[in-house]
Amino acid sequence: MKTLPQLLQQNLIMDPERITLHLLNTDTKRSISYKELILGASGYCQALMAAGIEKGDVVVIILQHGLDLMYAFWGCILLGAVPSIMPFLTEKLSPESYRKSLTSLISVTKPAAIITYPEFMPEVRIAIQAEAGVRALLNSAQVAPLSELNLEALPGLTCSPQELALLQHSSGTTGLQKGVALSHQAVLHQIESYAEAIRMTCADTVISWLPLYHDMGLIAGFVMPILLRSPLVLMSPFDWVRAPYKLLQAVTEYQGTLSWLPNFAYNFCAKKIRERDLEGVDLASWRAVINCSEPMRWQSHQMFLERFAPYGLKPSALATCYAMAENVFAVTQGGLLEPVRVDEVDPGAFQSGRAVNNSENHRSIKMLSAGRPIGNTEVRVLTEGRIDAPERHIGEIAIRSNCMLTGYYNREDLTEKAFFQGWYLTGDLGYLADGELYVTGRKKEIIIVGGKNIYPQDLEELASEVPGVHPGRVVAFGIFNADIGTEDICITLETDRTAAEERRQIAALVRDHVTRNSDIAVRYVEVVDRAWLIKTSSGKIARNANRDKFLRLRFPGEAETVETKAR
Amino acid sequence: MVDQIMAYISTELLKDPTRQIREDEPLISSGLIDSFGLVDLALFIEDTFGIRIEDVELTSSVFDTTSELAQLISKKLPSSTP
Repeated sequence: MKTLPQLLQQNLIMDPERITLHLLNTDTKRSISYKELILGASGYCQALMAAGIEKGDVVVIILQHGLDLMYAFWGCILLGAVPSIMPFLTEKLSPESYRKSLTSLISVTKPAAIITYPEFMPEVRIAIQAEAGVRALLNSAQVAPLSELNLEALPGLTCSPQELALLQHSSGTTGLQKGVALSHQAVLHQIESYAEAIRMTCADTVISWLPLYHDMGLIAGFVMPILLRSPLVLMSPFDWVRAPYKLLQAVTEYQGTLSWLPNFAYNFCAKKIRERDLEGVDLASWRAVINCSEPMRWQSHQMFLERFAPYGLKPSALATCYAMAENVFAVTQGGLLEPVRVDEVDPGAFQSGRAVNNSENHRSIKMLSAGRPIGNTEVRVLTEGRIDAPERHIGEIAIRSNCMLTGYYNREDLTEKAFFQGWYLTGDLGYLADGELYVTGRKKEIIIVGGKNIYPQDLEELASEVPGVHPGRVVAFGIFNADIGTEDICITLETDRTAAEERRQIAALVRDHVTRNSDIAVRYVEVVDRAWLIKTSSGKIARNANRDKFLRLRFPGEAETVETKAR
Repeated sequence: MVDQIMAYISTELLKDPTRQIREDEPLISSGLIDSFGLVDLALFIEDTFGIRIEDVELTSSVFDTTSELAQLISKKLPSSTP
């Protein structure tokens, strides 16, 4: 069994001049060979060593999407340190809120070092004041690539496969306090099984715009292609969102074969790209466009195919995947060898937890299969009583594999709760049919917007801070929007104020406050009277019941269709 | 022109037609309009005013308020148009 630094070293020895990475910026392109990557990474490795950072130490990286981030990540790996990439501050985020997030992360993860830009160092200094554990604050501007390779000097080469390779976090106060710790062995087992499932080789070219602080971007769109010697074409998520056509132009220019996209991106590309930007686009080389990281919709695949088939997109390229950071990345894979299965289920039976195949009903729900488990990964669906649910019965998805997380970093409490008799309880709901997995929803209360996991309690806490909002009488939830292929965020809150103007002001303030202090933009803010919100028998606000009530209030008459969509 | 843009933002992007938007209210830097909304806004403006907005222009350093956006549009309109 090898480790990440050993594989990287092997790739270097095999062909140092081979291009591993094409980095596309707004108006510049740079191609990086394995040799350049390792020289750049070695610069970070050396700087960290000089600052007293050792093998096994956690290093938080706060850099924008670019070469420095990539060098810093691999620099940690070459040192045998454990990198954790934190999303960089965006323009709209208030500095106070970012500081709070940073404090959240640091308080649990207790990193030994933080790497960031000089201009951001004062901000980080304030956040780490309370934490004595941070031994080094590294200025990325003072780190330069080495000019000569010295592989013997890289301590990471002596890591054992069981040692930690990296940490992955999801966003928000809650997510940042829950770092998924992954060993070298877990990452490499995942890459081995997943590459086999999608038949990925060094002849593939990966095109990605995904951020590296997310499992899909970090593993499928970064670590895997670099270790497998598949050229990687990477653009920034900020560039892509303004110019989604650039993804298709990159597939054309680099003969891209593989991409991973969250579901909303299918809608976004299909609807928001202008014809003039598709001139010369040829997607014939694209052998798999893999839908992953948020609920997958048949309609999204259809609209993507209809729009881009004239540009060479093959129907067989549409693929699906069920993945999570706790399994490094992929759990199941659909498509590629045969078309993704579509299961038409009866909406009535579906409500009561059974997926009854019924293509006769014109209102049947078209479920996209997430496919079969990848190698060395097992999937079960459990009932409430935690026994195997019968075929086509909806229950909680549990998994077991040779690439599971070591644990939530410094959170033994959460790690213990997450497992049941050696099986990881995903918190996702789904059913099995003919050996394929269909993911239907979530048991855990998470909102997934554009592939990003958002904890509703973080948003509710923020909304409660706004004057006029009755603290604790706030609920946040997602509503699926078929147009955009992902969820819209809604916040419903109670107030004692009755004047319409005052209520409008509260709504505006809540929208602004939540937006400035979280990773998302709020779509709906609904101000309601006291005692409007439904509570559970234990006195907690019931999110799902209140979502249904909101839908009936806001979309009367359409409630049924909206609810179907919302699921 | 400014009114048309404001109406589009409050109705289509914020889903709240009663929401008043000030001419000098920051839209992008405040996060009021997210990146996806920005692309919608650009498409709306191209279709409504028959001009072209480049993707590099979708940033707060080019325009951040409705009045700045209106100026950008005016500059792009053919000079014969009143």
